Amino acid sequence: MGLFKLTIHELRDKLNTREITSEELVNEFFNRIEATDEYIKSFLLLDKENAIKEAKNIDERRVNGEKLGDLAGIPVAIKDNISTEGLKTTCGSKILSNYTAPYDATVIKNLKEAGAIIVGKTNLDEFAMGSSTENSAFHTTRNPWDLERVPGGSSGGSAAAVAAYQAPFSLGSETGGSVRQPAAFCGVVGLKPTYGLISRYGLVAFASSLDQIGPFTRDVEDCAIVMNTLASHDKLDSTSVEIEKVDYTKNLKKDIKGLKIGVPKEYMGEGISEDVRENIKNVIETFKTLGAEVEEMSLPYSEYGLETYYILAPSEASSNLARFDGVRYGNRAENYNSVEELFTKTRSEGFGEEVKRRIMMGTYCLSSGYYDAYYKKAQKVRTLIKEDFDKAFDEYDVIISPTTPSTAFKIGEKSDNPLDMYASDVLTVAVNIAGIPAISIPCGTSKGLPVGLQIIGKSFDESKILNVAYNIEQKLNFNETPEIGGVK
Amino acid sequence: MSITKEQIKHVAKLSRLEFDEESIEVFTEKFSSVIDYVEKLREVDTEGVKPTYHPHPSIRNVMREDEVKESLDREEVMKNAPENENGYVKIPKVLD
Repeated sequence: MGLFKLTIHELRDKLNTREITSEELVNEFFNRIEATDEYIKSFLLLDKENAIKEAKNIDERRVNGEKLGDLAGIPVAIKDNISTEGLKTTCGSKILSNYTAPYDATVIKNLKEAGAIIVGKTNLDEFAMGSSTENSAFHTTRNPWDLERVPGGSSGGSAAAVAAYQAPFSLGSETGGSVRQPAAFCGVVGLKPTYGLISRYGLVAFASSLDQIGPFTRDVEDCAIVMNTLASHDKLDSTSVEIEKVDYTKNLKKDIKGLKIGVPKEYMGEGISEDVRENIKNVIETFKTLGAEVEEMSLPYSEYGLETYYILAPSEASSNLARFDGVRYGNRAENYNSVEELFTKTRSEGFGEEVKRRIMMGTYCLSSGYYDAYYKKAQKVRTLIKEDFDKAFDEYDVIISPTTPSTAFKIGEKSDNPLDMYASDVLTVAVNIAGIPAISIPCGTSKGLPVGLQIIGKSFDESKILNVAYNIEQKLNFNETPEIGGVK
Repeated sequence: MSITKEQIKHVAKLSRLEFDEESIEVFTEKFSSVIDYVEKLREVDTEGVKPTYHPHPSIRNVMREDEVKESLDREEVMKNAPENENGYVKIPKVLD
């Protein structure tokens, strides 16, 4: 039937007119997962039985004439660092391989109330630390466009699941680009919302001043629909912001005549591959035909984004990951003679190399005598990076750039050298450091691999970003699809 | 190389991690490369710049009333504890 290729808004219409049932839909997606996941390996866990049960429940409510929302009966895949009651939540780590979340994250609660059907939990780099999903303790997820390439990371499983038509949408999380980078590599839409817009309650913490949950969807309209359900003030997250509820679909389709767009020269220069740059140049010309004004500008402190990030994020992580000690949850080492040994052996056996490196980095940067030179220094540069954006948004409505410096790289290509791996986030980290929102949408392909366009806005201006993204998406009409195991 | 093996051992102790002699060489090398990399921040003039600890400076500390409310089910929560007894998590003896 090919239902799996449809968007949320198309499926919603079919459900509303009773052309299909949610049960049929859920079955269709599980068939698709069965046919493709041996190649892609997006999932760490599937929950078919419960999904079918929930789908039947939604169908019954619909038959009874209940008025249901946009996501009612629509399947969704969840990154495995977001807590789901009664389901394993492993964070892609050996240390949590047997951990079952005793409660739902607020985003999960919101999705369930909206009637969305959770089909399973997706693969990620361990504790969301990585850019390729190769750091998962369980397996490497593959890019649906080329099985020899990475899907990006850390939310690689969630991005690949949407790209491979295994779910119409999914949730990921960002600390330095972990939604936008895999969205770009997999040719789907990924949004990093403003810090504080979506509750972090139940998202296993990596770097608390940077973390934010974000959706993957097939198109921009779907992204707006999902954001309507995800964005909410939450008393359980003290950093969640109290603002008036916005309907993100409301201004989506307005034209963008007279829009002022800035293109930072630092994001188009050295280190950006020629094919990516060509794609973005084409997008700039297309924006002009829509009546937008596009100008080159500068974000001078972005040059220090990665260095700042690789002090701040590990520092916060070293503190957050102190809780994994084999006492209250997670696996415990078998042989120990003291509490001290229990902690050390549990953590040394349970964490992978990259997680250890970041805990060590953070501990080093925060340790006595080094705090001012590293952590405090980075927080000061953070101010300068943020001020760059503040100034830019006095002049421009949005800023655009490539999402990543290249298209998806090969599995194993960067896994041996941490600095090579970190460099794939060079165009995304500054946004997290400043706490502002940005979206990545597919804007073309190069040698059969998708290229991502990044659109950055000022804090809480998601409506504007989505409006701009929608306009360029409609005009570019990106409609290439990956072929998996010989099947389109 | 800016970081020595001895320093790594010290930071590992603070982090409650340990490395065997074989892996510590490679680890030290990669760790040093990352530290050398972030050293680039030293060239930024931050004289008089205030640190940003939080992206939205308008956020104030959020307080709530100290009320008794329903919490997570103890039995459910204890299912995740590697060892537990009588509703408590169990660890080796701390004091003699």
